Amino acid sequence: MSQSLFARALLDPQAAIPPGIVDPEGRPAPKRFSVYRNNVALSLTRALEAAFPTVRKLVGEDFFAAMAGVFLRANPPRSRMLMLYGDDLPAFLASFPPVAHLGYLPDVARLDQAMRESYHAADSSPLDQADFERLLGEDLAALRLSLAPSLRLVRSRWPIVSIWAAHANGGPAPKPGPEDALVLRPDFDPLPQLLPAGGGAFVTGLLEGRTLGEAVDIAGPKLDLPAVLGLLISGRAISGVTA
Amino acid sequence: MAPAFPAGALSMGNPMLDQTLSLPARPGVGYKPQHFAAILANPHPVGWLEVHAENYMGDGGRPLAQLRHLAERFPISVHGVGLSIGGEGPLNRDHLLRLKQLCGWLNPASFSEHLAWSTHEGAFLNDLLPLPYTPATLARVADHIDEVQEVLGRRMLLENPSTYVAFAETAMGEVEFLTEVARRTGCGLLLDINNVYVSGTNQNYDPVDYLDAFPLQLVGEVHLGGHDEDRDDQGRRLLIDSHGAEVVDPVWALYARVIHRAGPLPTLIEWDNDVPDWPVLAAEASRAAAILEPVA
Repeated sequence: MSQSLFARALLDPQAAIPPGIVDPEGRPAPKRFSVYRNNVALSLTRALEAAFPTVRKLVGEDFFAAMAGVFLRANPPRSRMLMLYGDDLPAFLASFPPVAHLGYLPDVARLDQAMRESYHAADSSPLDQADFERLLGEDLAALRLSLAPSLRLVRSRWPIVSIWAAHANGGPAPKPGPEDALVLRPDFDPLPQLLPAGGGAFVTGLLEGRTLGEAVDIAGPKLDLPAVLGLLISGRAISGVTA
Repeated sequence: MAPAFPAGALSMGNPMLDQTLSLPARPGVGYKPQHFAAILANPHPVGWLEVHAENYMGDGGRPLAQLRHLAERFPISVHGVGLSIGGEGPLNRDHLLRLKQLCGWLNPASFSEHLAWSTHEGAFLNDLLPLPYTPATLARVADHIDEVQEVLGRRMLLENPSTYVAFAETAMGEVEFLTEVARRTGCGLLLDINNVYVSGTNQNYDPVDYLDAFPLQLVGEVHLGGHDEDRDDQGRRLLIDSHGAEVVDPVWALYARVIHRAGPLPTLIEWDNDVPDWPVLAAEASRAAAILEPVA
């Protein structure tokens, strides 16, 4: 029995059952084989449901399961760590015709994915007050901040944080407009925060390793620097600083 | 971590096993994060915990923090579901090294995997898929186990599978296959008695005959779990290993038969789907304890 044929038949419901798969009396056993087909599809669908809770709420359980069935057959996991499975679901959704009218859906999927990555990311210790006090004597604009490995930035032309909040904890109905999400994990539970004006460009600059001064310049005059720094500090997301 | 284990953890006194198998001969449960607080408050009668290796291969966060905490209190068994030991292709080296890293910092009391395959040409199918039992598959499985034990630097336990289909090319029985794998590699065995019951029903053999032929002196751990029931192509009973229900009475009877013959063995209650509240799981563990304690 070739495992290639077995694997192909698992992922393709139309494929023939591999020869030599029988019941104990040696008779063909397609219904028995279908147990494995169902196990594969169901277990991977469950993994995607757990990974993309907001997407699932937006499209409904039945649609999500059907969509997951299409996705998993074309994109079976490449890693045995299912905690990472589905990182190409946002791109899949962006070109999946049945959701073409839901323009925000791929970005919402990116936010769900960012939340999951943050949950499993490495731990880090934030700078404490004494660290910050020492910095006051420095040339602040020349400093580079190291951000926590659990921090994620998702920029969108859709109101993704409001959409997330409306579905996760009954927040108000989202209003149209771009929103940049900063996922922070102060302890073990990631939370997406709405970045104030200029925040997306500023954090992008920091993630690229630019100095504070450069990141402020990139963000432009609309940047609400105290608000963004306040988010980073309260989210315990600044883990180091170098002059 | 070097937890102290109660005496009598190894019933058969096999000196090969004594070096590595150090789970206590008590009930354990598959750890679920929703039970974290309940377990710390009152684990009775549970004496050890099992985790799926792949769920603890992330870089940090709550899963690893909880596991570190639990490992200070309980012996831990690491149970892999992704090595694909029965796969046609080579073992995935990256995955094996992640496993080595996990076993390195955690120093679990036991590591086990399945007689099954789950990966083909890079695609992970997330199920424990069956293989025919032939001289060729035996050689391949033995080679893979040699490699695992060499990389991890420890003996592993190999678990008998639940199966739903048979293979025309199968040339030997499952017990014979497992016994020979253990002889060639020096690995121990994990005896899943629910799997024996499920496969016996599905493959038309008597689970009692299977268990009476099983080399119990090689068993370092027992699994008990629940299953679902379906019908096959001929309308006959087909049992599906679901880990989503209580252990059924016929499986408890088989378990008692094994324990009376072998003496007390580390015994895991596996409940992975539709996971119940802690008291339900603890009650299953108590039922195992009631069978283990009289022979301890």
